[in-house]
Amino acid sequence: MAEGTLEVRIWRGGDEGAFGAYAVPARENQTVLDVVTEVQRRFEPSLAYRFSCRVGVCGSCAMTINGTPRWTCRTHVKRVAPEGRLTIEPLRNMKRVKDLACDMDGFLGKWASVGTFEGTATRADPPAAIDPASPARREVDAAIQCINCAVCHAACDVVAWDPHYLGPAALNRAWTLYNDARVADRRAVLDGALQPGGCHTCHSHGACTEHCPVGLSPTASIAGLKRAGLVSLLKGGRS
Amino acid sequence: MSEARLFLLQRLTALVMAPLVLVHLVLIVVAVQGGLTAGEILGRTQGSVFWGLFYGIFVLVAAIHAPIGLRNVLREWTGIGRRPIDWLMVAFGVLLLVLGWRAVVAVVGGGA
Repeated sequence: MAEGTLEVRIWRGGDEGAFGAYAVPARENQTVLDVVTEVQRRFEPSLAYRFSCRVGVCGSCAMTINGTPRWTCRTHVKRVAPEGRLTIEPLRNMKRVKDLACDMDGFLGKWASVGTFEGTATRADPPAAIDPASPARREVDAAIQCINCAVCHAACDVVAWDPHYLGPAALNRAWTLYNDARVADRRAVLDGALQPGGCHTCHSHGACTEHCPVGLSPTASIAGLKRAGLVSLLKGGRS
Repeated sequence: MSEARLFLLQRLTALVMAPLVLVHLVLIVVAVQGGLTAGEILGRTQGSVFWGLFYGIFVLVAAIHAPIGLRNVLREWTGIGRRPIDWLMVAFGVLLLVLGWRAVVAVVGGGA
């Protein structure tokens, strides 16, 4: 980044609010999270935002940067704002709590609603023998790295249109549970994903896959759930 | 009816409709060559079992396919509740079926 000043606009307030404008020195090696932190330390001590690890592991610093949901810690200013203009807002599709922090309850509630891991094995049983090359495990491996950053949830237009829609992250989670041989009631997981607001609500726009910072494809997971639903319907007449 | 069943029905009806739509469009283009009158159309279609079946099936699958898609649109774009939408769509499907089959009967039926 050339020497100079960044023109930074940051959302202040909750669902009602306005942008604050700040002039932040441009630096050679600067992430958007660095900019937010600098604004808080130098200009706005009351600015609320979330972050933790700063290195793309925790998934807590996602925000909307120039209209696109991203992890701020892994987004270099020069990559997204070559002209030096940044507009930073909280993630879309969630209630705004204060400034850049949004209420994750709806998102995490949907995530939890698809089911949690419940196996059948006890302490006395040997560890399950899962072949890493088996088709089901490959499906899990392709989707398991999600860290709940909610970038996909914010990127998804269908989540914006239909408040009942579970969203890409929750359905991606359902897909990993459904393909996990150790899960006791995989059928219940699939049934949950086939409910109204489940996988059939997806339009396959692919915004989740386009924006996922980890490079996952919730679109593929949701397509997998639709396929599994069809197979179960045609085979067993269920659902 | 479950989401999975509706999903399957919508795709199966699309599968049936795809060739029917193509034949229908080609037919229109071919039929209007050199002008067209209602009498000419009726002359070809009246008493035709083939066209009766063709458009009879076309109407049936369209009457299943369209309400499923419209249901999704209404869910996302209006504040109407889910139950009312489902009943509205049943009514819409029946309407398409009645209007469509009535037209098929008018074009294919008898020599009246």
